[in-house]
Amino acid sequence: MKRLLVLAALLLTAPALAQEEQSTAPYAYRQLDDPAQETKAQDLMESLRCLQCQGQSIADSDAPIAGSMRSLVRERIASGEEPEAIRAWLIERYGDYVSYAPQLTTLTWPLFAVPAVLVLIAFLLLRRRFTRTPTENGQ
Amino acid sequence: MTDTSARAPRWAIWLPLALFLGFVALVLIGLYRPADRNVASALVGKAMPEFDLPAALPGRPGLDSKVLANGKPHLVNVFASWCVPCRVEAPQLGELAKAGVPIEGISVRDTTENLHAFLEENGDPFQRIGADDDGKVQLALGSSGVPETYVVNGRGKIVYQHIGEIRPEHLGLLLEKLKEAGQ
Amino acid sequence: MIAELGLAALWLAAALAALQLLAGALGLTARGATLGEAVRPVAIAQGLLALLAFACLIYVFSVTDLSVKLVALNSHSMKPLVFKIAGAWGNHEGSMLLWVTVMGMAGAFVALVERRLPERTMLATLAGQAFVSLGFYAFLLLASNPFERLSPVPAEGNGLNPLLQDLGLAFHPPTLYLGYVGLSIAFSFAIGALITREVGPTFAKAMRPWVLGAWIFLTVGIAAGSYWAYYELGWGGWWFWDPVENASLMPWLAATALLHSCSVLASRDALRSWTVMLGVVAFSMSMIGTFLVRSGILTSVHAFAVDPQRGTFILGLLAIYIGGALTLFGLRASTVAEGERFALVSREGALVVNNVMLSAILGIVLFGTLYPLVAEAMGAKVSVGPPYFNPMSALFALPMLVVLAVGPLLRWRRDKFARVGRNLVIPAMLVVAAGIALVLIGGVSLLPFLGLALAVGLGWASVLPLKGRNLRRTPLPIWGMVVAHFGIAVALFGMSSESAFSIEKLVAVKIGEVTQVGPWGIKLDTVEPVAGPNWTALEARLLVRYGTDGRVTRMLPQSRSFWAPVQQTSESALLTRWNGQLYAVLGGEAPSVDGKDEVNGSGNRWQLRLWWKPFVPLIWVGALLVALGGALALLGHVLNDWRRRVVRGKIAYRRERQGR
Repeated sequence: MKRLLVLAALLLTAPALAQEEQSTAPYAYRQLDDPAQETKAQDLMESLRCLQCQGQSIADSDAPIAGSMRSLVRERIASGEEPEAIRAWLIERYGDYVSYAPQLTTLTWPLFAVPAVLVLIAFLLLRRRFTRTPTENGQ
Repeated sequence: MTDTSARAPRWAIWLPLALFLGFVALVLIGLYRPADRNVASALVGKAMPEFDLPAALPGRPGLDSKVLANGKPHLVNVFASWCVPCRVEAPQLGELAKAGVPIEGISVRDTTENLHAFLEENGDPFQRIGADDDGKVQLALGSSGVPETYVVNGRGKIVYQHIGEIRPEHLGLLLEKLKEAGQ
Repeated sequence: MIAELGLAALWLAAALAALQLLAGALGLTARGATLGEAVRPVAIAQGLLALLAFACLIYVFSVTDLSVKLVALNSHSMKPLVFKIAGAWGNHEGSMLLWVTVMGMAGAFVALVERRLPERTMLATLAGQAFVSLGFYAFLLLASNPFERLSPVPAEGNGLNPLLQDLGLAFHPPTLYLGYVGLSIAFSFAIGALITREVGPTFAKAMRPWVLGAWIFLTVGIAAGSYWAYYELGWGGWWFWDPVENASLMPWLAATALLHSCSVLASRDALRSWTVMLGVVAFSMSMIGTFLVRSGILTSVHAFAVDPQRGTFILGLLAIYIGGALTLFGLRASTVAEGERFALVSREGALVVNNVMLSAILGIVLFGTLYPLVAEAMGAKVSVGPPYFNPMSALFALPMLVVLAVGPLLRWRRDKFARVGRNLVIPAMLVVAAGIALVLIGGVSLLPFLGLALAVGLGWASVLPLKGRNLRRTPLPIWGMVVAHFGIAVALFGMSSESAFSIEKLVAVKIGEVTQVGPWGIKLDTVEPVAGPNWTALEARLLVRYGTDGRVTRMLPQSRSFWAPVQQTSESALLTRWNGQLYAVLGGEAPSVDGKDEVNGSGNRWQLRLWWKPFVPLIWVGALLVALGGALALLGHVLNDWRRRVVRGKIAYRRERQGR
């Protein structure tokens, strides 16, 4: 009886599932056995963008393509590939959009220059605000 | 005010307004030239990556990327039976096949039965169908969804990528791209 | 009928806002001085009318009046009442109405209680508030009418996105908006002060409680939103630097800076134009945020149904208000002197560092959020996410937190490190000890490492301002500061710990199987269907045990299927202990692990996603402490003010009697 109920409930969910087949890639929902490798994979997955969803990393998404990408990342890490090489492989195919970690390029340098610019502006503004020797005037 | 009190330099006073105007200009561009939400493959203009997919249906060859470099232009259609827009584009693919275009299929995350039923229902324009069960080849192609269609020239180079379903109005463009690829 | 009443109230409120603007502006001139007296009552009436319109919207949602288009599009008769009501602001039009309601009520509240500002500045402030409200009324009435009727009336509504059908929706948007829009008061104050050129300690003291009030709600609202996303999205993340999240963070950063610069202006009459600038910037960030969220110009998980037309309208409003305010600033700031200079080693020196750092973080968040647009304009696509924001904001946040440990111990005007150095020996030793402990534990990456070590030292240092004080006589604002700073340390500890020590486990288990996650043993007991008011679900019963602890606790994660609209959600189950949180999500039935072990479905495997997140609740506990600190400070300022007024009243009374 219980089993039947479960089945009934599953049938109810079926239309939704049929639209978006879950990824069947081997490592979409399975971790690597070696914890060190899994950590490496996890760090990389958190910084890769799911291409089907609106602004989620592949580590946070149930979209099938995210599952495929997770599996790809884990399998390659397991075979000894470096995370940055995997990122580069994906960027070669999808462009910079796929990576949440902007690389320093002619296009993105302002992102990395902006902290320096902010410090410079603050310095220019404050240069004359501070007294070097405490003055006695004021009040 | 004591005379130690300074005024902010003139440029600094107008800096916020300048930055704000920059912001307005930026978002105006964004509003009036809305971004293309599709993520195009960066492989267009480059060689098709190598792959060798097993057959998705019994009696139909799978897809090896080597056949794409056999001197003739091909269409490679990434599709799935669970994808609704794929049904929409089926008649157009049928027409292209009738016009003699070799169409190769890559079926993503599918099962034999579903695929069979899908082709039965919507027509079958494919010469070969490779089964990409874990979606790896899809990723290798830089494809971010289904359906997507690639025009590959006779030397195995991707010359064009069509994202989303092929509608009747897209046929002309695709045929033209195929013709270019054949030259 | 009720919908028409709401619409009429809205039109009337808009008309009163126009009147308020006119009367306020004319009241500033010599001839229209008598008109000025009308401003306060009009502001109050306008706020009440907006509130009435909002109440009407809540009513049509609560009875599911499907002849109202907004209800038909976003609600459903089969929804629990609380989500029907919360659904009123779970959409673009409703949340915009909430926006103008908060704005109207804020203006009404100011008109009702604010007596410290010079009357001319007050008039200019209320006129400014009305001016800004007017634009948003226009937007609501002309481009997003929430009360629009629908004909023919549909039999049933479309329903609300299931991810929003959660108590989080009842709580997060209203608090966030109270903060977001409450900052409009600071904006209007800044405009008022610029118009009348009265920027000084009085102005700062008058503005501070209002900023504090908005800031408290903003803090709570952001924390609530973060916690909501944490448990609702089902992946254990609590902050992703998503554009919408950034849109709520930016006003907070500006408001935090504003609070601190207010206290410099109030105590030392310095940073005049800077404080006014921040007042303008804080609410501008709210408006820019709402534009980014609603125009659909950036992709986000939390996005509203978007519409470029509306985006253009809001952009027009931004151009008028922010552009106008900044132009006014440019014209007037050159005549407002910056005020006193100060020594680097002093309380105000530390506060300036705080302001610079917060503004820099604000700049980075804004620039990083907008950069994908810049790239788009140049014909390329980039993504900017946590790997950029985390280190870049830490670059400024960490030095700021070091200063936070020292600053409150410094005296105003001038001080020497030597004087406070002794006090800081213990916190410094704590930092070093924590650092050594973390090295021994190993495997902690740089940012969480620095965060944890700093949090420990900061936790100690933040209570030092109480040292040597009579605790019962310590003024409430000091208590507030201490509690808020301590809250920062607590939250920092939670964030760093989550990042350093979280353990994630994805498993596919059979019924009865036990799996281990960190110190927890977790047994999948049963998976059974359950039904709710508008969903069915599969519910897993997990029996969990901490370490060798004998006690077994149940956890019930669900995988829900809603039918209006059809969508699946994961309802995570959370188990909170003093030292962390266990987070469990039920996935689907697992595809067989090696592809062939499913013979006759002999053992269904279920996917579980499990996390053990040590000290993660401290993130939100810390945020609440920060808000509590703000509340204590606010209470202190209000009480002070009230006492002063009573005393002044008594003196006036005595004088009057003596004079008689």
